[in-house]
Order: sequence, then C-alpha cells, then structure tokens
Amino acid sequence: MDQFTINLLFVGASFALYIGIAIWARAGSTSEFYAAGRGIHPVTNGMATAADWMSAASFISMAGLIAFTGYDNSTFLMGWTGGYVLLALLLAPYLRKFGKYTVSEFIGDRFYSPTARLVAVISLLVASLTYVIGQMTGVGVAFGRFLEVSNTAGLLIGACVVFAYAVFGGMKGVTYTQVAQYVVLIMAYTIPAVFISLQLTGNPIPGLGLFGTEVESGLPLLQKLDQIVAELGFNEYTAHHGDTFNMVLFTLSLMIGTAGLPHVIMRFFTVPRVADARWSAGWALVFIALLYLTAPAVGAMARLNITEQFWPNGTSGEAVSVETIESDPAYDWMATWQQTGLLGWEDKNGDGRIQYYNDASPAMQERAATEGWEGNELTNFNRDILVLANPEIANLPGWVIGLVAAGGLAAALSTAAGLLLAISSAVSHDLIKGQLNPSISEKGELLSARIAMAVAIAVATYLGLNPPGFAAQTVALAFGLAAASIFPALMMGIFTKVNNKGAVAGMLAGLIVTLIYIFLHKGWFFIPDTNSFTDADPLLGTIKSTSFGAVGAMINFAVAFTVSKMTAPIPQEIEELVESVRVPRGAGAAQDH
Amino acid sequence: MADQKSQSAQAGQKSDAGYWAANVRIILVSLVIWAICSFGFGILLRPMLSGISVGGTDLGFWFAQQGSILVFLGLIFFYAWRMNKLDKEYGVEEE
Repeated sequence: MDQFTINLLFVGASFALYIGIAIWARAGSTSEFYAAGRGIHPVTNGMATAADWMSAASFISMAGLIAFTGYDNSTFLMGWTGGYVLLALLLAPYLRKFGKYTVSEFIGDRFYSPTARLVAVISLLVASLTYVIGQMTGVGVAFGRFLEVSNTAGLLIGACVVFAYAVFGGMKGVTYTQVAQYVVLIMAYTIPAVFISLQLTGNPIPGLGLFGTEVESGLPLLQKLDQIVAELGFNEYTAHHGDTFNMVLFTLSLMIGTAGLPHVIMRFFTVPRVADARWSAGWALVFIALLYLTAPAVGAMARLNITEQFWPNGTSGEAVSVETIESDPAYDWMATWQQTGLLGWEDKNGDGRIQYYNDASPAMQERAATEGWEGNELTNFNRDILVLANPEIANLPGWVIGLVAAGGLAAALSTAAGLLLAISSAVSHDLIKGQLNPSISEKGELLSARIAMAVAIAVATYLGLNPPGFAAQTVALAFGLAAASIFPALMMGIFTKVNNKGAVAGMLAGLIVTLIYIFLHKGWFFIPDTNSFTDADPLLGTIKSTSFGAVGAMINFAVAFTVSKMTAPIPQEIEELVESVRVPRGAGAAQDH
Repeated sequence: MADQKSQSAQAGQKSDAGYWAANVRIILVSLVIWAICSFGFGILLRPMLSGISVGGTDLGFWFAQQGSILVFLGLIFFYAWRMNKLDKEYGVEEE
C-alpha cells in the first residue's frame, strides 16, 4: 500500500470517529449538547479544553520554529503554558461565579455599558480573525502534503473542508468529540517522537531524551547538536542570541494573550462549580503539557536528523549527493515536500552535491571560497513542514506518517472551526441582534451567522496565501491583540473598581495602538508590501510586532486607571457585583443569555 | 432583630474582606514564583545559572524548555487546593 492510501485511511478513519461520536452523543441526550461541559468531570473538561486550545500553531508550527532557532524560541513554550497560571489565578473562578456564557457579556455587565460590550466584541473579532489566518496557513501545509498537491491548492481545498466542518457546527459543543480529537492529536504527536528519541538516545520519553546522551557519538544530545550546527556556521542551538528585552516582552504577550482569548475562557464559564473551575485549568495544562514537554525534543532531534542527512559523512566531509537524494528511499521525503513548494534545493555550483550551511557566516564564506561552494543550496525549508515531515525524515513506518497527517488536521480543523463559530456568533448575536437590529428574526440571525462565517474564511484564506508569518507567528499576533484588549478589561473588572469610561478608553487604546503597530510592521490589513517597518528593524527599540501585545496591555491599564480617576465612580449595584464575584458562595448554575 | 441582621451582615462583609485579602496574598506569592521560574531562571537569570549543567546544557535552558512548565502545573494545583481550603476556613464555599 502506498503512503498516499495510508494517509487517506488514517485521515478518513479519524473523521469517521469524530462524526460517529457526534451523532452518538446527539442521539444520547440533547441537554448535554447544550450544557456543554456541565456535569462533566474536570479531567474530561481539561482534555476537551486542551483539544480546543492546541491548534496548528502548537502542533504543526511550533517545534519547527524551535528547531531552527533553538533556545530563543523557548518563548512559545513558556508563553503558551504560563498563561494558564494567569487564567487559573486571576480569571477562571471569578468568571465562573459571575455565571454567564460569554466574555463580552461579562464586560458589558460589569462595566454597565453597551459600548464596553461592543468594544469587547470588536476586539474578539479582530483577534479571532488573525488567529484563523494562522490556522489556515497550517491547514494549507497539512492538506498540501496529505493530498500531494501545491500549498495553494491545499489551502483552497482545506478552506472548503473547514467551512463545511464549521457549518456542520454543533459538533464543537460535544465534549466527547473534542476528547477524541485530543487523543488522536496527542498520539500523533508523541508516537513519532518516542520512536525518534529511541533511535537517537535510547530513551523512550522524548522529554528526557532531549537531555540524554546521543548513542552514536556518546555525547549529550544537545552538546552534539550545538557542535554540528556551529560547524556549519549557524547559531549554537542552546545559546541566547536574540534581544533579551524583546524575548521577555514576547513571552509576556503570549501569556497575557492566552488568558484573554474567548474560546478558552468560555470553557470555564460552564463547569459545575467555582472549585471545579480552579481544578479544570490545572487539568487542561496537564494535557497541554504532554505536547509542550515533547515539542522541544521534537525540534532538537529533527534539527539533528536533518543536518546529518545533508552531511552523511560529518560536517567536514562531503555533502549529500543529488543522486542519493533522487534514488535513496531515505530521501523520499524531499521529493514529496518539493511538490508543495515549501521545500527547495538547488545545486548552485554544479558539483552534484547539496551543501547546507549558513552562507551569511564569515567563517563559512571562507570555507566556501576554498571548497568552491556558491551559497547555501538548501534554498527553502519552510518551518511549518518540520513536524509533518519529521517521521518521514526519521524513516518511520508508513502508519506513523498517516497518524501524523490525521493529528495535524485534527489540530488545525478543530480550532479553525471553533474560531469561525465564535466569529459568526459574535457578528450575528452580539453585533447584529445586540446592537444594530434587535428585531431580527431567528432565520435572519442564522443567515447572518453563515454569511459572517463565509466572509471570515474567505478573508483568512486570501491572507493565508501570503501569510504575515509562519503559522505560530501569525497566531502570536492574535495573542498580542487579545492581550492588549481583553485581558486587562477582565482583570480590572474583578480586581479593581475601574468604571465604564475607563474600561472603554483602555480597551480602545490598547487595541488600536497594538493593531497599528502590527500593521506598520506586517502591512496594513496584512496585505503584503504595505508595511513601513520590519521586525528585523522595528519602530521602537528592539520591540517586534509579535511582542507588542504586552506593551498594549500596559497602555490599556494606564489609560483605564487615568480615565477612571477623572470620571464618576461605579454605582452601588456594580460595587455589589464586584464583591459577589470575589466569593464562591452562592454560585448558581451558569445561565444562558 | 434589625440590629442583629445588620451585625451579621457586617460580620459577613468583614470575613469576606479577610477572605479576599488572603486570596490576593496567595495570588501574589504564586505569581512571584511564576515570574522567577519563567522570566527569571528561563531568561534574565540564565547567565547566573550557567555554571549548573543539565544534560549537555545549563539549568537556565532546562527551565526555559521544561522546568517552567512543570512549575506552572504545580502552581495551579497548589492554588486550587489552597483556595478550596480557604473557602472552608472562611465559610464561603459553595453549597
């Protein structure tokens, strides 16, 4: 059986599983469908939250970014897990006590202002749409490889599937489908990692293998990796090269953004009790950590494997020959990925070999001059292909490759569909019914939801063709926007007595300043070549556009406190609302709106 | 009767204030640990820890890629356990 058929079987079987569970759960009980998580154990809820949360950015993109940068991209690991501490300590229990279903409702009620609710809805829309662009980038990579077509064709087919999946819709509310998605996703991520860790270090746990000894050389794995990449002129893997200030800000942005994204927060509104909201955040992080503790091992081991494939005789020996790449089955992955347009090589000096090295390094330029090299010949290696190509690079059995394809699609599709649902309900329910046309019929509301979904996916697909960055980087921008707008408003709503005008001014300031900073660096509305600055040489000091969310959040806090000080204090009943969310006593069941 | 009622309401408010102050204290301590293990050991203090080697690299690298995540997990479970106990101490737990 060829690889294409195996992939098709695994992807098909996983989809049949999700749909089967959805139908079974729907037939079993309608109330469970609506109660979305009530009466469900915190462990199960944690697993479903983990599936909801881990998207193409975590699954497909992150390890690749770590692999090619090393220590400096630890920011993704710390940022996307550290946010759960903020969520568990600062938001989840209180929002559960408040007891409504959506983030914008809390902001509207707490700040007794429809304007505040409107600004919250707009912030959520901007952040979610940016997030979907990142997901579509990942969907394009996954579908391109799995259907063996170009990245563009993969993206267009993927967009249709996501749209159908989101319209089919209700599935998102079924916790057990998400549990199944989590199981597929985590198996797909860890099984190849276990194989590779065994091959390289003899340790079956990738997270331990990362700090273990490489069997072949007898050196610690990371030391060996540092050595071999340094010999090719690249930055040492474990060393710190980037700007420290930017690294801190970026990590903080991801953390605050995690605690400001609606589709994660929403899950804590509906657990049975305040005490469960506290535990649920912990269980969610347990299941997320299974992937996040494996990811750095996947990155480091893949980097080692790739480098050794290109330099089979050691970094000072002869590079791999074009003939080997074309005929040796161990190199088959290169031909399959070349089809997607995301991997490219070129024998520039015509010596029949492919030299992969850093041609910007002066030491390597010297070596190139003596050896007759004319630049790095691995001309294109898209970071987002690393996790999906990893099992092929390590020569793992066909079923593992099929499993990874299914896992990548599960991660990208579940999150993309969830975000599209959030966008469409925000437009139809909060914007149109809540603000513009309260008398709209149910049919009209449903229609506007579908239109919003179609527009969102069309925009995301268009921008996904020329994305502002690799999947995880685009998603990081979405986190920056959520960090600058939503998180400060929620936190001030619980921990301070900031008033309506303060909150509105703060959210607007944070959102607008951050959005402008991002557009200045990534192009207006993410349209390529309309940017005035680049992240390599940013407008303010060393602050990249992906890191600006933390600054936006500070601006939000500062503006909110200042405006609040100068305007009327909050009324008595809001004072009582704040007092009441602070104590668990008397938390009823969550109410629908 | 009316006096008693307002007295007990006052006592309730007083204990609520005490509960909230205790909660904020626990949060602050937890967040200090959160920041030291991620921004501290993982990034800013890494040069100071470079002498302590862990599996081919140094302790700071381990904190940045794994240690901080394990600490985050510990913190969330500690907070849940401590707060559920605090709820009972102040009698503000759910029925």
